[in-house]
Amino acid sequence: MRGGARSRKGFLNLKLTENEVRYVANLANLNLTEEEVARMLHDLGGILEQMDRLAEIDTEGVAPMAQVLFKAAENIEKDTPTLRPDVERAPLGNELALANAPVSGAGYFKVPLVIER
Amino acid sequence: MKGQGIAGLTISSIQAGLKSKQFSAVELTRAALDFAEAENPKTNAYLLLCPERALAAAARVDAAIAAGRGGGLLAGVPVAVKDVIVTKGVRTTCGSRMLEHYVPPYDATAVERIEAAGGIIIGKTNCDEFAMGSSNENSAFGPVRNPVAPDRVPGGSSGGSAAVVAQGTAVVSLGSDTGGSIRQPASFCGVVGVTPTYGRVSRYGLVAFASSLDHIGPFARNVRDAATLLEAMAGRDPLDATSASAPVPDYAAHLTGDVRGMKLGVPVEYMKNATGETAALIEKSLQQLRDLGCEVQDISLPATEYAIACYYIICTAEASSNLARYDGVRYTRRAADSSTLSAMYKNTRGEGFGAEVKRRIMLGTYVLSHGYYDAYYLKAQKVRAMIATDFTRAFATVDAVVAPVSPYPAFRLGEKLNDPVEMYLSDIYTITGSLAGIPCMSVPCGTTSEGLPVGLQILCNHFNEQKMFRLAEAFERRL
Repeated sequence: MRGGARSRKGFLNLKLTENEVRYVANLANLNLTEEEVARMLHDLGGILEQMDRLAEIDTEGVAPMAQVLFKAAENIEKDTPTLRPDVERAPLGNELALANAPVSGAGYFKVPLVIER
Repeated sequence: MKGQGIAGLTISSIQAGLKSKQFSAVELTRAALDFAEAENPKTNAYLLLCPERALAAAARVDAAIAAGRGGGLLAGVPVAVKDVIVTKGVRTTCGSRMLEHYVPPYDATAVERIEAAGGIIIGKTNCDEFAMGSSNENSAFGPVRNPVAPDRVPGGSSGGSAAVVAQGTAVVSLGSDTGGSIRQPASFCGVVGVTPTYGRVSRYGLVAFASSLDHIGPFARNVRDAATLLEAMAGRDPLDATSASAPVPDYAAHLTGDVRGMKLGVPVEYMKNATGETAALIEKSLQQLRDLGCEVQDISLPATEYAIACYYIICTAEASSNLARYDGVRYTRRAADSSTLSAMYKNTRGEGFGAEVKRRIMLGTYVLSHGYYDAYYLKAQKVRAMIATDFTRAFATVDAVVAPVSPYPAFRLGEKLNDPVEMYLSDIYTITGSLAGIPCMSVPCGTTSEGLPVGLQILCNHFNEQKMFRLAEAFERRL
């Protein structure tokens, strides 16, 4: 499966395949019905065609921008502090943290058995 | 206090009414809740009202006023909050089946600050699922109808928040903007919508969609109210490391009406494809701005044509990562067939998410997957830098950029629903500002021959909200 995705090597002028859709859905932990796979194949194909336009633009020597504030900091007096004093704060607490759990017990989130004894 | 009266209120008229004892905060809140309940079937803009919380907050405001302490900047003001912003003890669904029963254990900082300033949270508004959409048709709880034209969409993703302000069932509201989700619905519904500088308002408690792009911002019926609401929420928050420490100005003090000599840039790349009544209304607005004494000139933002591709790579990549948390363990929903851990993840997500959210998770996972990272994600981040540089260069010569918000006014429900590419392309004018992280807003500039509102977009440099508000408010006064 992985080989299938890799075969596209960056910019795709190739058509997306159904296998690739299933491969990506599996990576995303997303269950798709047969109809959804077919629809996804069509929709993603059209969107990726738009995205492929990026190949046209020359980005030689441009540093990637991952974040906004580093730029903004040049325009304001002070830099944005990203550190705070290490002061104790009361946590949310066990009961509140578990309040939205679909299944919990003994103060923990419960999930299907992962490790056999 | 009669219901319809709410629709005409502003923050300052509420302050005056409370001061002269024309009404109390509790009376006003009751009237606002009743009016919202009666009007909501027309639009489906509210997902829920929270009378208990609202009336308790109103009682605190009345008590503070009675004790001579003053009620605060937003005393007694009915505020609606987009349902992607968490409210302690009040269900927060993000417009998704996934979180249909989620009751947050804490308040977003923006919500906390609004209540600390005397604002009254009266309800939660409908939106596209996890804020993904441009029409509000992606909500799991039904679309919102545009109060101006009920057969049309209110825009998205903050469609409910724009609609309640337009309808008059809230005085102001909160939305979130990742690529235009405040400005576009504001334009479609004929209200003011503001996307502040990235980091200006804390995102603590905003359910994450695309973290490098997400903003919280206000909707209001006039510029002054939007500025006041922003002022109440803005500022450094230790709970959000990306929140900015830049001081928060007294925005109202900057609303002088004097914009003589202000230099405005009109991007040629935006105007060359603008047609129809929207383009005509923007041209008319430019003339009105000249009449106010502004100098209008053409500018170029050459990276614009790559903005859509850049935005939809970055936002979907970040979304695929952020939405990984909905796995059936912590957030209320778990699929019935969860016999193994893997089945639990896949089935819960397969059932809980709607079509658009799945599409974006798939795209994001794809562009980040092995072999494509450099070609898509890294490339998009470089293009993002070029888009931001375009603006930096523009702001060296102009005070503000003015542009359309959307290529067209509100479209009909269902019109673009089955064509995601067409829907994505409609975000062309708003995503550039989001990618650059600059403050931008939509201010009403007129209506089409069919009576549909059109917004003018104003964009300024980072942390220059006061200049943006001054221009918008002077423009608003032109009539």
